[in-house]
Amino acid sequence: MLTFWDLLFFLKKSYFFENRIETFAVSVVIIIKKTIKMKKTKQYVGLSLFAAVGLFLIAADHADAPAVTGNASDITDVYAFQGQDSNNLVFVVNSQGLLSPSATAMASFNENVLTEINIDNNNDNVEDLVIQAIKRGNKMYFFGPVAPGTAGTSSTIKTSAASGSVDISQYGQAPVIATNNGMKFFAGPRDDPFFFDLNQYKAILAGTATGFNNPGTDTFAGTNVLSTVIEVPKTALGTSSTVNVWVETKQKQ
Amino acid sequence: MKTYKYKVIAAVILTSLSLVSCNDNDDNQVIDYGPDFSGTYVQKDQMARPAINTVFVASGTPKDNFNMTTPSMMAASYQSVFESRLLALNPGYTTNALGQTAAQFTGLLATDVLNVSKTATTTFFDGTNVLTGRTLADDVIDVELLLIFGGPSGTSNAELTSDHVNANDKAFTLSFPYLASAW
Repeated sequence: MLTFWDLLFFLKKSYFFENRIETFAVSVVIIIKKTIKMKKTKQYVGLSLFAAVGLFLIAADHADAPAVTGNASDITDVYAFQGQDSNNLVFVVNSQGLLSPSATAMASFNENVLTEINIDNNNDNVEDLVIQAIKRGNKMYFFGPVAPGTAGTSSTIKTSAASGSVDISQYGQAPVIATNNGMKFFAGPRDDPFFFDLNQYKAILAGTATGFNNPGTDTFAGTNVLSTVIEVPKTALGTSSTVNVWVETKQKQ
Repeated sequence: MKTYKYKVIAAVILTSLSLVSCNDNDDNQVIDYGPDFSGTYVQKDQMARPAINTVFVASGTPKDNFNMTTPSMMAASYQSVFESRLLALNPGYTTNALGQTAAQFTGLLATDVLNVSKTATTTFFDGTNVLTGRTLADDVIDVELLLIFGGPSGTSNAELTSDHVNANDKAFTLSFPYLASAW
């Protein structure tokens, strides 16, 4: 199947080697502008924009889980590592992958999607603590680490354990960082830190290639994600020497 | 004239009393000027180790189902599914560089949680530490490819054990929020 990425690869090869997605997006915009001139009706502008958005949604289709692909619930990556201050752990949750630079300013967190970092500190793979993040207005609000009301796939927001909030950073602006009770908070667009020649992997699985290229091509180069980053003192996560971590997105009913 | 004055004063007192009683009624209402965080939130997506659902679970409904399975229930439901998938990807699998059999390796992967150390170096794999976290710079795909395709010494299927994309396309920062600015 000819995907957006195949098309992009073709464009890169043939005309726009350096400018990649941006150039492609610009060309889409040019097509839209031409359409406006030709038709001069709002309907056609709407249709063209819809088509452009559709292309980007197809681009983000790599995970193939139908319920979340291409929407605000789609987690692209989770990171957990020791902070610059070695007394802290950092949690990074990325969503809405493969955002082109021109699509990034328009991408936004969803007020009906709760992000929940689950922390198991007695190795039974059931969460003992959660850190919750959710957007309201132009801010991201954070709760916990706190014991969840109930473990599992259904959650309420632990409003009694509010831990801070941060203004959502805008595309092209310096990151807004909030600090409260030893925790740090960030929410907004960032470069996607993930790197992988996903297209070659797909070609191998499809039987059209027998191995990776050297050098490979980073499918995620030049693309952005919406990041939520939380730094928390290790002491707030219990007394165990290791924890098990996973992240969920949950939709308001 | 005097009587009129008293009437006015009485009216004012009565009015103010009624206003006070109105105010009492207002106190019964909860006035909250903060955001509303009420309601129940039900799971849509779930993730821990990179690319596990992508690689080991079949497309479509099975991927959605995996996203709805709590980690404590995953091993029972998915170890055999993952083992079949592993052997389909690499029919010649014996053990990997960690010495794990197909059953042991997929038993570890099927419970999709990220193990994170609070005392040691945090990394997916750095040559010494294994699965003690995940930093931004970790080449997690090469680690997974090596364990899936590399055999007991990591030297089998050389064309499949690295995608030869070894680093991000933008440098990370030493301080919070650590991720590079958007393109």
